[in-house]
This record gives sequence, structure tokens and C-alpha cells, in this order.
Amino acid sequence: MKKRVNVGKKILIANEEYALKNSQFLAKQKKLCLNMISSPGSGKTTILVRTISELKNKIKIGVIEGDIQTDIDAKRIKATKAPAVQIETGGSCHLSAAQVSGALNNLPVSDLDLIFIENVGNLICPTAFELGEWGKIAVLSVAEGDDKPAKYPAIFAKSKVLLINKIDLLSIGALVDFDIERVRADVRKLNKDIKILPVSAKTGQGMADWYDWLKEAVKIYKANN
Amino acid sequence: MHETMVAESLLTTISAESTKQNAKPVSAKISCGMLNAINDEVLCFAFEAIAKDTPCEGMKLEIEHKPLQCKCKNCDQTFDFELCRPRCPKCKSEEFDLLPDAPLILEEIEFETE
Repeated sequence: MKKRVNVGKKILIANEEYALKNSQFLAKQKKLCLNMISSPGSGKTTILVRTISELKNKIKIGVIEGDIQTDIDAKRIKATKAPAVQIETGGSCHLSAAQVSGALNNLPVSDLDLIFIENVGNLICPTAFELGEWGKIAVLSVAEGDDKPAKYPAIFAKSKVLLINKIDLLSIGALVDFDIERVRADVRKLNKDIKILPVSAKTGQGMADWYDWLKEAVKIYKANN
Repeated sequence: MHETMVAESLLTTISAESTKQNAKPVSAKISCGMLNAINDEVLCFAFEAIAKDTPCEGMKLEIEHKPLQCKCKNCDQTFDFELCRPRCPKCKSEEFDLLPDAPLILEEIEFETE
């Protein structure tokens, strides 16, 4: 004999409960939290290092770093004097909300305006796990190719900002084939509200627009929470 | 590879339900939206691996993928999203809102009873 039992339960409910706790904690403290997601090597840490250095007198930033191994990234952040906590996932391809909850306890949250979570480099898995952040920031570097939004739509559908990084490579004639307009068109189909900002974290090109967006987001978040 | 964590959560939930029902689970139905990015083979493989030597060993997983839905801004028609050319099948408008993606749900478990 066989018996069917209706369950109707969210499979990742345990993660969602932690995510909710994190977002409630952050809202109470009025701290904007952004979850940065991209493939490995797109330049997330370089973007953060430049952002922290150039905004240091305006926005106090702390970082939660996720990597499979090593604290290389946390050391790069700490070199800017910003507080950073490294989570080594030991093989897991994404951060979980429980890990972020532990990391938040180890950051001087009350001294900060903005907390970045730099997720494990992976364009797919981290997208499925809410961490309690206010918004996701996708990073796509031009060397990865302009077909990524079509191939990996989820992160582009869910993000508030897309930073197209390493645009300095496009000015070196014919070194990289990357059609920014194709990316814009594909991403807009998935997400009409997303802000698309071409930048070079190396040369600083386009970064002012990113800083303006951040300053506005911090201001609005504080006013609304 | 996040399917591993999904498999772990599934195993926990199904094992608890198995204890409650005092019966051996034989299959489960799962549903998910397109943005959950679940690969069936990877999820089934991960589940098979961690279910070994538990009451869930040998269980079959049936995974239903729900398309991402949109709602036409012009005529309110609801339709499945297609990345290559998303537009309303009724009025052909390309102005639409994406509806929330279906969450990852454990819908049903089938148990073998005496």
C-alpha cells in the first residue's frame, strides 16, 4: 500500500528564517546591506577596495567576505582600514544566511553605514540563497562575454544594480568582444528597474555613478527604517 | 552545486515526516521556479548520496519546473516568460511586469505502508 502526504513546505525555509532575522536586525540598526554576486575574477574585491577608499570620508563601510578558502580577500579589505570578516565556506559554493548572521556578530555594525557581503564567486548558486540583504549587486566583467545574462538570467533578474566591470579593456582595440548594448537589452527584458553601470574599478572610469547610487541608497534606507 | 544544500534540507524534512508517519518514504514531488536554477540530475545525485543508510535511501525525486510568468501591462494577460523575445501572446505588447518566481517547494511525499 502507498500513502501520499501533502507537505507544501518551502525547502529552504531554515535559510529564509535566518535571512529574515538578519534583515530585521539590519533594519533596526538602520544599516544598508548589499549582497554582491558574480563569477570568480570579475573584480568584486577590487571594486570594494576602490569604493571604500574613495568614499571613506562619506560612508563607513564594512565587508563580509565569502570564499571557499583563504582570507586573501579580507586582508585586501582590511588594508583599506575598513573592518572585514572572512567566512571560509570550505567547499560550499554560496554563503548561507546563518553564516552571515555569525559574521554580523563579528563586525562593528553600530559604527558602519553600509555592509557589503561579497559572496563566493559563482554566478548561479548564491542567487538562490537570501541572506537578509536589502539588495543584490551583480558584477559582470567584459572578459566573461556579453551572453551571460541570457545564459544565467537569475542574478540579473534579482539585482538592483549591474556593474559591468573592466570596461577599460574595451578601449584596447579588438582585445575583447563585448557588446554593452546587447547586455543592456537582455537584462532589461528580465529586470526593468535595474541600474546598469559600466565601470572600471582599475582606472576609476564610471565609478562616480556607482558612488552616487550608493550614497542615495544609504540615505533612503536610513530614512525609511 | 547549491543542490547539495537543497538535498540536505529535503532529507531533514522527509526524515522527520517519515518518523511522524512511521512509514518508509518512496518518492517525493518538488516544484521550483526557473530562477531557483535547480538541475535535476545534480539534485537527484546529491540526494542519493546523502540519503544512503537513512530511511530515505532509494527514494525517487520528481521535480516540476514552473516557468517564470509575466503580466502584460497593456491587456493584463498572464504568460510564460521567454528570454529570446518576451511579449504578450494576446496583444503582442512588449511591456510587461515579471511576476514573482515560484519558490522551491516540497509538495508531496509518497510512503509505503504495510
